[in-house]
Amino acid sequence: MEKLITAYTYIGEGKVVVNKRLIFYQEKIATFAEFIKALYKQEQISYSKFYKMDPLSKLGFMSAELLLRHENSGRFKPGSLAVVLANSSSSLESDLSHQASIRNRSAYFPSPSVFVYTLANIVIGEICIRHSLKGENAFLISEKFNPMQLQNHVSELLDNNRAEACICGWVEILGNTFRAMVSLVEKENADVLKTGFSALPFTEASLNELMNLTETKIWTN
Amino acid sequence: MKTVYAISENIISSLGFTALENAESLLAGTTGIRINQDGNLSPQPVPLSLVDTARLEQKFEAILESYKKDQKPGYYTRLEKLLILSLADTLAGIPVKPENDKVILVLSTTKGNIDLLEDRFMAKFDHKRIYLWAVASVLRDFFGFANTPLIISNACISGVMALITASRLLRYGKYETAVVTGGDIASEFVISGFQSFQALSPEPCKPFDLHRTGLSLGEGCGTIVLSANINEDRKDRILVMGGSVSNDANHISGPSRTGEELSMAINKALEESGLEHPAIDYISAHGTATPYNDEMEAKAISLSKMNHVHVNSFKGYWGHTLGASGLMESAALILSMKANVLFKSAGFEVSGVSERINVVTETIHKPVNTCLKTASGFGGCNAALVFQKT
Repeated sequence: MEKLITAYTYIGEGKVVVNKRLIFYQEKIATFAEFIKALYKQEQISYSKFYKMDPLSKLGFMSAELLLRHENSGRFKPGSLAVVLANSSSSLESDLSHQASIRNRSAYFPSPSVFVYTLANIVIGEICIRHSLKGENAFLISEKFNPMQLQNHVSELLDNNRAEACICGWVEILGNTFRAMVSLVEKENADVLKTGFSALPFTEASLNELMNLTETKIWTN
Repeated sequence: MKTVYAISENIISSLGFTALENAESLLAGTTGIRINQDGNLSPQPVPLSLVDTARLEQKFEAILESYKKDQKPGYYTRLEKLLILSLADTLAGIPVKPENDKVILVLSTTKGNIDLLEDRFMAKFDHKRIYLWAVASVLRDFFGFANTPLIISNACISGVMALITASRLLRYGKYETAVVTGGDIASEFVISGFQSFQALSPEPCKPFDLHRTGLSLGEGCGTIVLSANINEDRKDRILVMGGSVSNDANHISGPSRTGEELSMAINKALEESGLEHPAIDYISAHGTATPYNDEMEAKAISLSKMNHVHVNSFKGYWGHTLGASGLMESAALILSMKANVLFKSAGFEVSGVSERINVVTETIHKPVNTCLKTASGFGGCNAALVFQKT
């Protein structure tokens, strides 16, 4: 069965692109924290848990938020929207914070609110809570973006009716270097989104194209 | 459904370096959890299940020699040594060639070489070794796997998810053989984190018991080789059947209050296997011994109408080994199926969960043909996988 990418969010190089449209741009990024806060404010999102999240969860949360914001939430049956994400450095960003809190035995202050984020899949948990997603989910790790591994996993889910659709992509952050590309993959017979974005075939080539969005310039202001 | 077999397994824990060594202690009901005094792991004494370091080093040197490797033992981290020994043990005596492009290595780990963040190790290893993919690269190079390994890091369900994902890829026709391995080490990083959650038990953990107060941490690894390429049909082969993953969508560190989502995963795994709940002989539960986890699991088992089914947790033997747990416990489940024996749930005396479940209190000899493995973890994730004997 044909599968399509019916929506996507790209965040990288100071740009935020949603379905071909550049919605946010910071030419000079001081820190990730400032960047993501400015994006959150501009998009007028109101979700108090956001402020407690670690950088990886903030990045994944915002990507999914922008991906699904025009979505009719009733379109997917409960448990039928899966989440499959990947990255290279797992939760290393929060791992370093937790390690710093225990480096010195005379100032030994491990904190549960930091430690809980020292797992790559917590970002999936945050997205599932926000959008009430109870279906299949998985976090994969690869040195570089590996579209084949993502495509195999997600295609298997959709082809075997384990899911009707899947949030699929890459969420990577370490320090102030970050990139996210999160797409919505659906079976061809699903309702096509009315975002003005024409769907892409769900192939390794499409995933690569979306990951290198700012190089291929397939976005408009 | 295309048939997937489990053809070889290994467990490395405080109880031994092979599945059979572990089985002896499980049969005897001996726990490997001890009060640890090593100040490098924790400022205060804490119960832990640790792999014997002297034996690990000795066995690892022998492996380097038999594989004719030029690297010194010091090139490898503690986790890499454990994983290499586990893989070498499972690959010995089976006709699986890592260099074949139909073979995939699947690695499950939550924290990889997390000890390398400590000052005492930092200078000894390339900083890239902290990445989870670097662990997989070391394994790939050591054994010569042709394909890029698949790495799963999904909290405490990583091991069961790795088995589910691997069996799906084999059925989907992407590969013929999957070498599925999982490992995590005891580290100050993880121990201090669970301490900050006040989730650690002051004594060896007591899954499902009335007096359980938290979990015990452990280290180890487990490997299971899956194959869709067995033509000879014979009795007593282990089949890996349907599996399913779900999410609570409720809380990032607390389990579901109802157990509905784990029950949903269990029911889907049964459905995919073409089975109904009366077919299940035995459940190898997650059973961390935290008050909330065990309660949630009992509710899920009850919702799936399996209150009468024998259930145990291996956490009382080798603690919670995080990304390794699903593989070690599935390997132990396979031992139960092969020997038709159920191991008693160490640490359990009096039920401390609100639903009636049938915890194994003594070693039981009975036919063990169709079994369920479950796991749940931070991030609200749940996994269930069915095994069946031919």
